[in-house]
Amino acid sequence: MIKKAKYATAEEMAAAQREISVAEFFAKNRHLLGFDNPAKAVLTTVREAVDNSLDACEEAGILPEIHVEITPVAAKKEGQQLLLEGGNGKKQKGFGGADRLIVSVQDNGPGIVKEQIPKIFGKLLYGSKFHRLRMSRGQQGIGISAAALYSQLTTGQQATITSRTGGRSKPHRFRVGIDLAKNAPEARDAEIGEKEEVPQGTKVVLEIEGRYQKHGKSVDEYLKETAVANPHARFVFKDPDGNVTTHERASKELPPPAKEIKPHPYGVELGVLINMMRDTSSRTVKGFLQTDFSRVSPDKAGEILKHAGISEGYHPKTIARDQADRLYEGIQQTKLMAPPTDCLAPIGEKQLVDGLKKEFEAEFYTSTTRPPDVYRGNPFQIEAALAYGGKLPAEEPAQVLRFANRVPLLYQAGACAISKAVAATSWRNYNLQQPKGSPPIGPLVIVVHMASVWVPFTSEAKEAIASYEEILKEIKLALQECGRRVGIHVNKSRRAEDEARKRSYIDMYLPHIGIALQQILKLSDSEREKTCGNLKSILEKTRKV
Amino acid sequence: MAAKKKQEKVTRHKGMDLRDGLVIDQITDVAGAIHGVIGKRGSPQLDFPARTLANVIYDEKEGYFEIGKQKVERTLTYNTVKTFAQTLRFMALSKELVERNDFATKRDAYYQSKNWGEAKFDEQPESDAVMDDVEALFSTYNVSREELRFYPEEHGGAVAGQLVVMDTDRDGAELEIDCTKFGSGSYAIPRSVEHLRFKTDAKFILAIETGGIFERLNYHKYWQKANCILIELGGVPTRATRRFIRRLSEHRGGKPIPVYAFTDCDPYAFANIYRTLKVGSGNAAHISRFFCVPHATFLGVTPQDILDHKLMDATHKLLDVDVKRAKDALKNDPFFQMQPKWQKAVKQQLSMGVRAEQQAFAKWDLNYVMDKYLPAKLKNPKSFLP
Repeated sequence: MIKKAKYATAEEMAAAQREISVAEFFAKNRHLLGFDNPAKAVLTTVREAVDNSLDACEEAGILPEIHVEITPVAAKKEGQQLLLEGGNGKKQKGFGGADRLIVSVQDNGPGIVKEQIPKIFGKLLYGSKFHRLRMSRGQQGIGISAAALYSQLTTGQQATITSRTGGRSKPHRFRVGIDLAKNAPEARDAEIGEKEEVPQGTKVVLEIEGRYQKHGKSVDEYLKETAVANPHARFVFKDPDGNVTTHERASKELPPPAKEIKPHPYGVELGVLINMMRDTSSRTVKGFLQTDFSRVSPDKAGEILKHAGISEGYHPKTIARDQADRLYEGIQQTKLMAPPTDCLAPIGEKQLVDGLKKEFEAEFYTSTTRPPDVYRGNPFQIEAALAYGGKLPAEEPAQVLRFANRVPLLYQAGACAISKAVAATSWRNYNLQQPKGSPPIGPLVIVVHMASVWVPFTSEAKEAIASYEEILKEIKLALQECGRRVGIHVNKSRRAEDEARKRSYIDMYLPHIGIALQQILKLSDSEREKTCGNLKSILEKTRKV
Repeated sequence: MAAKKKQEKVTRHKGMDLRDGLVIDQITDVAGAIHGVIGKRGSPQLDFPARTLANVIYDEKEGYFEIGKQKVERTLTYNTVKTFAQTLRFMALSKELVERNDFATKRDAYYQSKNWGEAKFDEQPESDAVMDDVEALFSTYNVSREELRFYPEEHGGAVAGQLVVMDTDRDGAELEIDCTKFGSGSYAIPRSVEHLRFKTDAKFILAIETGGIFERLNYHKYWQKANCILIELGGVPTRATRRFIRRLSEHRGGKPIPVYAFTDCDPYAFANIYRTLKVGSGNAAHISRFFCVPHATFLGVTPQDILDHKLMDATHKLLDVDVKRAKDALKNDPFFQMQPKWQKAVKQQLSMGVRAEQQAFAKWDLNYVMDKYLPAKLKNPKSFLP
């Protein structure tokens, strides 16, 4: 009897189909969040915690002071080698050859209220930042909980969070884990010793598997660049060898609090539009357009609805799919004012230079803040700064520091709009060398910052800015503006150098003409001196002409 | 008038070769002119013949490459002050060498500059370039590099046969060198040949490309039988070899001793060895008129010889580089363009697609070249390629 191949039936397939939680998904795809290798995992963990601390401090109007500490775990304990189970019951393995490290980040921020702690650290896609359009470092509410998830997956250790919301309120400490299947926190109170001193702010401690590396795309470079873009913050970093690096603040001025804005109709996709209509509290579609979007006046709302062929009094919740389609089209057909841009908080030209000065020793600094512009309905603003000369390496490609909402981007430089704009700018116009299609070569640090209510990253790990035409154009304009100034400086110092070199030529080579003529023509010493004197005045005369 | 003035000057250099006195006069004149301009507070300048191919002319009447009239003026400015000083210091060195009756090779001169403090050369190519400048500068006064006492590193080829070379040593003693008396060895052409004199009644000079054939003809005393002088070129002849052949062939005045070139049959021998011997090299056109033998003719081996002496089975295929060189000569070399007979010969070789070496005659007999080939060719020197 021939054995028939066994295929599954629809019922059998249905038995195997089940919901995948976000937590499970990211447990399997941790590279999407920036945990693809042990070295990067350390950086991502620190970065997520520091970004949150800076956001919280600024929102509360506190000058940030952040302590980062990475300590190696001396010996692996047998019991801790426990591996958590993923959705399919298979063991999730850590990285081979990686060390076990304790990452601790402490801020002087507003703290977190007790009830929120488990959700913030123990649930993915939970946060305040996704649903609003406001310039901030975090966007999706995925970062710190992803770090906690990574910690749990690689070491089996839960995150420890200590927080105190004010001098008078009681500090509390939690150990928070994540239930992968439910994407829900598993939290328990942890004791705080009676005599333990807990200052205001939040301290996050995570035990992770990773490898600390010095320089390059590493924690020290990240903190150095963060200090450039955040001259109002102070950072203290203790590395696994116990070395302490401090980045003092160069400015006591907090960035102005960023305003929240409503989305601009041009920036909203159809699906989002449908969701917004479902969630709105407005009772007419016209009211919905006016209140839930920016730059939609009653007149404009009417115009949109006219284009869409929908009557103004319709309840948004009753709008059908095809009507939503027409509404979307109607928006595109209506001319609307650009979104407001006062919601952006650029670093500022002076602060950028201050930040650069304290981290890079150069002889010339310049910066520019471009006027705001809009891509896909999202306002954004580009800033650039250059440091030139001094102790910067003269024979290497320029160092490019990329920032998005004050956060340094260390990975995926090739995919980023900033790198593309740097390579596409012709630096030769500014007296700098540049191989075709590459950044310039010379003692140069290039800083580009993009501030926006929504930075278009190419991935969840927030490593590269997508190359929208408007963004590329603005970056290039900013670089050109700074480049021109550096060009003038380079020219000036080159001329001064030439002058000095030519001057030294007189002293160096004229005597040799005298000696040679003396030897050939048997001149006396005084005749030789006279000849050299004449030559000097002849040369000086020719130069002035 | 000018000649009389020179005559007067020469008397000041007592106990010195007449020619050496003229060289010192030339150096002093150039330096004196510069000194004069500086004294009048003018910008001193040096004029060099432009050393570009565009400034090279093939002088049909004289039969060699000649430098054109274009000049490059180097005025003293901030940018030229270093090379200007170095050029003058080399001139001073040259004068000193003539006075001391000494010489310096390029390498010697480079090391001399290490004594000049800031004006020294860091690498030898820099000093070679300035020396080329000095040579070009004085070539316009008919003074050669050897006369400036800057000698090439490489010596000339080997000489054997019916010739007595008269040389003087440093102490002024006359030496008579009989080139028949080197046994199985030979006389080596010195680096500078300007001071040599000759005694010979040889009927011709045979300039041979390869050591193998030179050795065979010398070993069997071919020079005695044919009453000639044998000179080994050893590839493209050096400056000293070319100058030696030139001076030797013309030393009697009047009709020069015939010079016959005997090389392999391939484009390199035609376009590089023979062409350089006869008309000089393109990139040194400013000195070609000293370093060429315009009346030389080409005895063989010609492509036709391969057929006449049935050597087809002793040939090698032309390589791509050979073909390229041959085509290049036909297309770009002014010498070949002027010589229809050569064009015919090169085209014949290209169509045969083979090359032959001088030693290919050994196919018939080791001494076939001496007993058969050369006597047959020498019966009719008018048939030699120009």
